[in-house]
Amino acid sequence: MADPRAIDIKEQPGFRSIAIICLLVLYVPVLILMIFSLNSGSLITHWEGVTLSWYGSAFLNEEFHAAARNTLIISVSATIVSTICATLAAIGMTRVKPWRGLAAAFMVINLPLMVPEIITAVATLSFFALIAGAFGLNFGIGNLILAHTVFCIPFAYMPIRARLEDMDLTLEYAAADLYATPWNAFKRITLPLLVPGIMSGAALAFIVSFDDFTITQLVAGPGQTTLPLYIWNQIRRPMTPEINAISTILLMVSILFVSVSFLIARRRAK
Amino acid sequence: MGIASKSRIAAPQLPRQLACGDNQSGTHLPPRAGSLNGVIVPEQPGKDAIEVRGVRKVFGTGESQVAALDTVSVSIRENEFFTLLGPSGCGKTTLLRLIAGFDFPTAGEILLHGQDIAPLPPFKRPVNTVFQSYALFPHMTVAQNIGFGLEMLGRPKAEIEARVAQMLKLVKMEALKARRTSQISGGQQQRVALARALAPQPKVLLLDEPLSALDYKLRKEMQIELKRLQHETGITFIFVTHDQEEALTMSDRIAVMSAGKILQVGTPRDIYDRPAERFVADFIGETNFLPGTVVSKQAGVATVKFASNATISAGYPEGFDPAGEVTLVVRPEHADLVPDPAKGTVTGTLSNIVYFGTDTHYHVKLDGGGENFIVRHQNSRSSVVTYETGAKVGIQFEEDAARVLKD
Repeated sequence: MADPRAIDIKEQPGFRSIAIICLLVLYVPVLILMIFSLNSGSLITHWEGVTLSWYGSAFLNEEFHAAARNTLIISVSATIVSTICATLAAIGMTRVKPWRGLAAAFMVINLPLMVPEIITAVATLSFFALIAGAFGLNFGIGNLILAHTVFCIPFAYMPIRARLEDMDLTLEYAAADLYATPWNAFKRITLPLLVPGIMSGAALAFIVSFDDFTITQLVAGPGQTTLPLYIWNQIRRPMTPEINAISTILLMVSILFVSVSFLIARRRAK
Repeated sequence: MGIASKSRIAAPQLPRQLACGDNQSGTHLPPRAGSLNGVIVPEQPGKDAIEVRGVRKVFGTGESQVAALDTVSVSIRENEFFTLLGPSGCGKTTLLRLIAGFDFPTAGEILLHGQDIAPLPPFKRPVNTVFQSYALFPHMTVAQNIGFGLEMLGRPKAEIEARVAQMLKLVKMEALKARRTSQISGGQQQRVALARALAPQPKVLLLDEPLSALDYKLRKEMQIELKRLQHETGITFIFVTHDQEEALTMSDRIAVMSAGKILQVGTPRDIYDRPAERFVADFIGETNFLPGTVVSKQAGVATVKFASNATISAGYPEGFDPAGEVTLVVRPEHADLVPDPAKGTVTGTLSNIVYFGTDTHYHVKLDGGGENFIVRHQNSRSSVVTYETGAKVGIQFEEDAARVLKD
């Protein structure tokens, strides 16, 4: 028999060095950003000593607070609405008899993933400008929530659909066989088993919304600064390690969020 | 080949009341008229539990149409262990799904105690299913799985608990009631699936190849277990399998299916000893086919002449008029070798001898040509005649061993 290690990619020449280079390129900049958030000097490129004062000033920064509040309002609302829409869409496209236009509907739902974001951003901006001009409608921060909801749907849709497709349809037959009406079968069997998919869909939608810059930049009105916009504005001024501290805080929130959803998924899978 | 007679298999027999009844009513549902939580309860139980009348099921449209069931009619009696037997793709699972309500027939009626249930959704039929994959709900405990049907029927909590306890006892799973279904073995999952389907006291229990995922030893145990459960609960079982041995050992009656049609319905002994068609004879057990010519017939018995000029009497299926060239079927254990070819009904050359421990198979190349004829001889300490390959031998048939097939 052939040596089983022969097909082990870890043993191929160059594998280790390529892997190490990739990891370094990915994480060294982030690591440097985090280290410089502790810099006691006021430059982000010149190390002087260790301090936590930049975190102190970030936490006291009113503009940062306002941006964080806006981001949370937008992300949480967009996550909830888009996850509900995505769940309904996924059920509507996996638990029905195949119909004409099913493939087209799938395309339409996922198209935002393929359209360059700047195009969506310009289109959304002109759309809101149009309805503001024609009907005098402006939903304020609602504009941003609406825009975020729309581009979050495909991200939330993917894991939910995957979970539904993996689910054994026989379970739903079994529920119906045991006198469960379609609604009861959904409530007692499909939905509980779908929860991990919904959770990862929601987590993905949240991260995508939390992080969005392009669309937000174009659609946001005065006073609707989100965290990515705030950071962007800070960078255009002389930078201090306070921006590193703020970025590190955002990173921690993201890591926390991803870890929690990962742990939930793992516990559910058992 | 063990063929169970119609007597029940000996198994620890609990009193019938223990089985499935609620505390007041014993084994059977009280005859309640009309609808129970939307589930149809027949008013006057008839003799047939299920009657399938001219059911057709066509899948696909246009040129890709496939008739999975081609105008099938069959009656399944009350308290019967009825088996649908056939190779994969013969339509047996389709028929089961139509009875369960997961699919609806293209044409025909399915009567449950005289009432057409074919248009009803599955949750309105007093029929439960044991699925091939068990389909236990992974997010519920064993007890919650068993109680699910009763819960959906809106039964009181105390009644559900009592019935679940009864069911756990029936399938000997009391110790594991709080386990998740992913934490128990395949055999245990099988028992839970059975208990879950039996708990709502269905009129008919449908079993879709429920033993196929188990290993050989467990399968044997579960065969006996299933017979015990059927006996104790008195519920009509409709069992789907492709395993002819399973069908013969467990069933009261068997319907042999092929290509969307039911070819023959009968007791295991009927099916095995008196197959009507070549497919049935071939599918169930080993068998020999012989060409012959009908010379005369009367009262269900034909006189058939072989190429050797020897004649025998052979029965033929009811409603069939054999004439001219026919095919006869003879089971290998219903024939015997004789060393003197002149004494054989048919003659040939011994081409192969296969020793199986309990018996020996003699493969005989018949003088008239055609397929090898196999004679099965039970080995005993007193077997005196020894044969050698290449020898000329005769084959004798036992009384009534040969049957004319409908072909």
